[in-house]
Amino acid sequence: MPVEKAQLDAVIAAYKGKKGILIPLMQKVQALEGYLSRDTMRYLAQEIGMPAAEIFGVATFYSMFHLEPQGKHVIRVCKGTACHVSGANAIAVALRDDLELEAGEVTTKDMRFTLMEVACLGCCSLAPVIMIDDQTFGKLTPEAIPGILERFAF
Amino acid sequence: MEQISVKVGMASCGRAAGATDVYRKLSEYLAEKKMPVSLQKTACIGMCFEEPLVEFTGGKGGSITVGQASAETITTALEEYLEGKELSQRVILAERGTAIHNELLGAQVRIVLRNCGKIDPESLDEYLETGGYKALKQALSLKPEEIVETVKASGLRGRGGAGFSTGMKWSFAMKAPGPKKYVVCNADEGDPGAFMDRSVLEGDPHSVIEGMIIGAYAMGADEGYIYCRAEYPLAIKHLEKAIADAEAKNLLGKNILGTGYNFELHIKEGAGAFVCGEETALMQSIEGKRGMPTIRPPFPAESGLWGKPTNINNVETWANITWIIVNGADAFRKYGTEKSPGTKVFALAGKIKGGGLIEVPMGISIRDIIYKVGGGMKTEQPFKAVQLGGPSGGCIPADLLDTIVDYDSITKTGAIMGSGGMVVMDASNCMVDVARFFLNFTQNESCGKCTFCRIGTRRMLEILTRITEGKGVLEDIEKLEALAVNIIKGSLCGLGQTAPNPVLTTLRYFKDEYLAHIVEKRCPSGVCTSLLKYEILPDKCIGCTACARKCPVHCIKGEVKKVHEIDQEQCIKCGACYSTCKFNAIVKK
Repeated sequence: MPVEKAQLDAVIAAYKGKKGILIPLMQKVQALEGYLSRDTMRYLAQEIGMPAAEIFGVATFYSMFHLEPQGKHVIRVCKGTACHVSGANAIAVALRDDLELEAGEVTTKDMRFTLMEVACLGCCSLAPVIMIDDQTFGKLTPEAIPGILERFAF
Repeated sequence: MEQISVKVGMASCGRAAGATDVYRKLSEYLAEKKMPVSLQKTACIGMCFEEPLVEFTGGKGGSITVGQASAETITTALEEYLEGKELSQRVILAERGTAIHNELLGAQVRIVLRNCGKIDPESLDEYLETGGYKALKQALSLKPEEIVETVKASGLRGRGGAGFSTGMKWSFAMKAPGPKKYVVCNADEGDPGAFMDRSVLEGDPHSVIEGMIIGAYAMGADEGYIYCRAEYPLAIKHLEKAIADAEAKNLLGKNILGTGYNFELHIKEGAGAFVCGEETALMQSIEGKRGMPTIRPPFPAESGLWGKPTNINNVETWANITWIIVNGADAFRKYGTEKSPGTKVFALAGKIKGGGLIEVPMGISIRDIIYKVGGGMKTEQPFKAVQLGGPSGGCIPADLLDTIVDYDSITKTGAIMGSGGMVVMDASNCMVDVARFFLNFTQNESCGKCTFCRIGTRRMLEILTRITEGKGVLEDIEKLEALAVNIIKGSLCGLGQTAPNPVLTTLRYFKDEYLAHIVEKRCPSGVCTSLLKYEILPDKCIGCTACARKCPVHCIKGEVKKVHEIDQEQCIKCGACYSTCKFNAIVKK
């Protein structure tokens, strides 16, 4: 497992035995390693007494769970209605170009950035919008992208 | 003299526009000059298009709000305000005298947003000063039946979209056998283009919490959940603080205000699944399972969370409750229409000047919302349509702009009231592309349980994609209509039952655009890339070579000072040449 067992046990101990804990528990575990590895999910299943298939089912259902390692910074490109009609596609293209991502790739080779598309960030009047980690950038143009990315060092 | 205070709008949208820098600058400046001015944070007043917003109060000039504030110039504005001078910056709202947007707020009625952008959302004391938790005290002295009757009499309908009577829903849950019952707040606002609930939770979390405690008391529930989407970190932070503060003051928790009533409230973060906004899926998700809808009946009022009676309302519905308890059902009915009383919060976005959050009485026309409250069109292109209700809604064309806003009138157009997203589109937006956009969304978010929703939406998306690529045939329109009917009939939950709406409404009102794509192989709005053609006008091209240098696939040929030409075979239609040319010599067809 890419995560320390002791850390994992501490998180599990805080939730074990309570009702409806699976999703928050998985969110906390994911925060430790940035994604959910298969080994971690199996370990989790064994510790909380639940079939591993059920945990895997939940992990693949929700878009916030990742089964692959993520880059250091996560870029969320808003693809909501307001952003779509205000040119979100051009922003996504500029990001892919600048990050040199091949078709189908979402994480840069140096693991600096992961690029995701999300439904709506709820800042529609600032469209088009992207969010990097917890910072939101609005009223974007493709030309503004390189300057913004520079601010996020490795 | 009154205390002078400065309030900075620090909701997500304000922060994205640079409010954090403005706040930091003001705070440093005030500390350095040791000025007796109080600096406060507030949330969103709704004028997102003018963010960052700074409001000055307490001085000779009364309340003055500066729009598009910047860290560089905000201290000048403060000095001018303190000296009682006229402000040299963009004044958008003024208590006395004129300001650019005074009339925009004038057309609104604020019940749900009454405190948003006025109080510090992280301060329980400020909420109490506005009369907060008075409704709770009042409610705890009433019988549960009396509360439910008041809500029923107010005529409040669920603001999440479907518009079911809130009072009826409460009476079912109240009559359900106890002792264990739950109340839930649906804050999984997933419609792209909607951010009403985010603003309420960020700006006035206590109003939602207080509404929930009152509802829980009336229905006999002792535990509640707020299910909030994880994409709203600031809303979650404000809710956590509000719950802790309310517990510390005994407004929440055990033996509330000494009445013997207990109510425990938890926050559940979503994990990114649109379908969880559907109530049965939401409950599955709270229980820690895959968020897939279940068959109704049994309705949540009989068997909801962990099999117990449960009542679910959305954020805006809960935020109406305290106002109704304090002011009474009749006062609420003074606004709106007979069948849809009260107000509705809308998120205005797209090609509109005043993008942001508004609250208007039901019964107002869509035309008035766009041209009076929203300030009209942002672009020079003419209005084409307004999209209401997100992926479950539809596009309303110009000749239906006089439709009034209430549940039943909007449903007649083929759109739905929905949660309140309103995206305005102009002639540069392609309606087939918009329909394809929403289908792509619902197809992605379909949980896969019902075959028609899972596969039917995929087939519809394939057809729409084909049409936007110029490969459509006339029978495709019939196929779309047939699929739509079957998906509506064959789906268990609201997601599938409404997924075809964007296609059906665009087919109904903009069939000519579909036909232009299919028959003429042309996109009238110039959006669908495959159908575009860029050409150089020989009489305007001066041969500056700018376009040829910019072209990523080097398909523009020509010598210096001679007319250039685009090789249509190789052109990838990226539009780089079009935006580079300074002589308007390149046209998009």
